Amino acid sequence: MRVRVDADACHGHQSCAIAAPEVFGADDYGNAVVLVEGDIPVELEAKVRRAEGNCPERAITIEG
Amino acid sequence: MTATEHGFDPISDYDIFSPSYILDPFPVMDEIRESACPVAHTERWGGSWMPTRYADIVAVAQEHETFTSQQILVTAPPAAQAEGPYAGVAAPPISSDPPEHHWHRRLILPFFSPQAVAKFEDGTRELCNRLIDGFIDRGEADAAADYAQQIPVRVIATMLGVPTDMSDTFTGWVRGVLEAGLTDPKVRLESRLNILGYFKREIDDRKANPRDDDLITTLLHSEVDGERVPEDYVIGVCNLMLVAGVDTTWSSIGASLWHLAQHPEHRRQLRDDPELWPSAIEELLRAYAPVTMARIVGHDTEFQGCPMSAGDRVLMSFPAANRDPRQFDRPDEVILDREHNRHVAFGAGIHRCAGSNLARLELRVALQTFLARIPEFELVDPSAVTWAGGQVRGPRQCMVRF
Repeated sequence: MRVRVDADACHGHQSCAIAAPEVFGADDYGNAVVLVEGDIPVELEAKVRRAEGNCPERAITIEG
Repeated sequence: MTATEHGFDPISDYDIFSPSYILDPFPVMDEIRESACPVAHTERWGGSWMPTRYADIVAVAQEHETFTSQQILVTAPPAAQAEGPYAGVAAPPISSDPPEHHWHRRLILPFFSPQAVAKFEDGTRELCNRLIDGFIDRGEADAAADYAQQIPVRVIATMLGVPTDMSDTFTGWVRGVLEAGLTDPKVRLESRLNILGYFKREIDDRKANPRDDDLITTLLHSEVDGERVPEDYVIGVCNLMLVAGVDTTWSSIGASLWHLAQHPEHRRQLRDDPELWPSAIEELLRAYAPVTMARIVGHDTEFQGCPMSAGDRVLMSFPAANRDPRQFDRPDEVILDREHNRHVAFGAGIHRCAGSNLARLELRVALQTFLARIPEFELVDPSAVTWAGGQVRGPRQCMVRF
C-alpha cells in the first residue's frame, strides 16, 4: 500500500494525523504531509484506511 | 410533524431563533432533510436559505466563488456608517474572499499548526485544574458557566498577549456579537466597537512598547511582498481570534460534558481505554458541532433547484451536515470509536477553521481533566439546562452534581 495527499484539496483538518499519526503529520501551515516514504508497513494499513475515511476533503488516495 | 408543532413551517418559514429550535434543532433539520425540498427558505431575520444535506453543505463551503464570505454571520451586520473609523475592519481570513484570502490566511496558519499549539497544553491543564479546585468541594457546579466558559477565553487571551483577568469582559463582548447581537443590532454594534476599540488601543500600545513573544506584536511586524500588513488587518485578525475562539470551543466543551453527564457508559469507556480519546473527540465534535456559518450568494444561481439571487444569505449548518444519515451511519448516536467520520464541525474548503488544532487541544484537555478529577457526575435537572443557538450552539447553564 502507498498513500498520497492532494495538496490542493487538503485544507489542514488534520483528521488523517489523528487517525494515523505514524503516517501523517503537518507542515508549518498545518497541512497534511505523508511521513512514510514508499510502502506503508502492513501493520499500519488499517490506520491509513481509517485516515482516508476520515478526511472531509477526500484529499487522500490509497494505491495498491 | 406540522407547522404548529414547531411553531413554524420548517421548509418555508424556519426560525433559527425560536426557543424550541435553540433547545433542539435536530427534528427540524431532519424534517427538512428528508422532505422533497432539502434546501429550506425563510423570510425571517432578513431571509436565508438553509441546506440540510451533508453533500449540499460541503458544496456551499467549497464553491467559494458562488457562495462568498462578504458576510458570515447568520443575520446582517450593522450599517457601515454606524461603525465610523472601524467600517473597513473585518475578521480576516474568515471574512475574506480570494485573492486576498490567500495571504490573509497564510499569515495566521503557522500560529495554529499542531506543533505551534502544543505549547498551550500544560497551561490549559493547569487552568482546568484551578477551575475544578474552585468548585469540587461543593458537590455540584455549572459545567457550562463555571468550567467550559472559563477555558477558551483565557487560552486565547494568553495567545494574543492580553490580560486574562479581563476574561469576563471579553466573554461579554463575544456574546454580544454572537448571541444577543444577532437579533439586537444595537448590542451587536456596541459589542463590535468595544472589541475593535480595545484592540486598536492594544496595537497603539505595542507600537510604542513592542513585546517579545506576543501575537499582536508579531502580526504588526509581519510583511507581505516586502510591505508591512495594514493595521486594519491586524485589528481584524484579533477580532476574529476573540470572536471565533471563545464561544465556539466553550460550546463544544459544554455540550460534551452535557453528553457525558448523561452517559455513564461513555465515561467508563474513556476511563478503561484511553486510546479512544482521539476518535472520541472527533465524534463529540461531529454530534455536537456548535457552528453555523453564513455565505452571501455572489451572482444569481440555481442550487439544488432553488433560484438564488445575488445578495441572498445561505446558512451552512454544520450540525445539520453532521447528522445526515446519507453520510453517517446512525447519525444521532454518539459512537466513540466511530470508524469513518468525515465530520465538518470545523467547516470545509478554504475557510476551514484555522484554530481547529487549538480547539481540539482545549476540548481534549478540558474533558480529560474533568473526568480524571470527577469520574462520576450527572445532570441536576435535565429540563433546567439552557442553550444558546442560531450561530453557535451549546449549553449556557448546565448544573451537574458529583
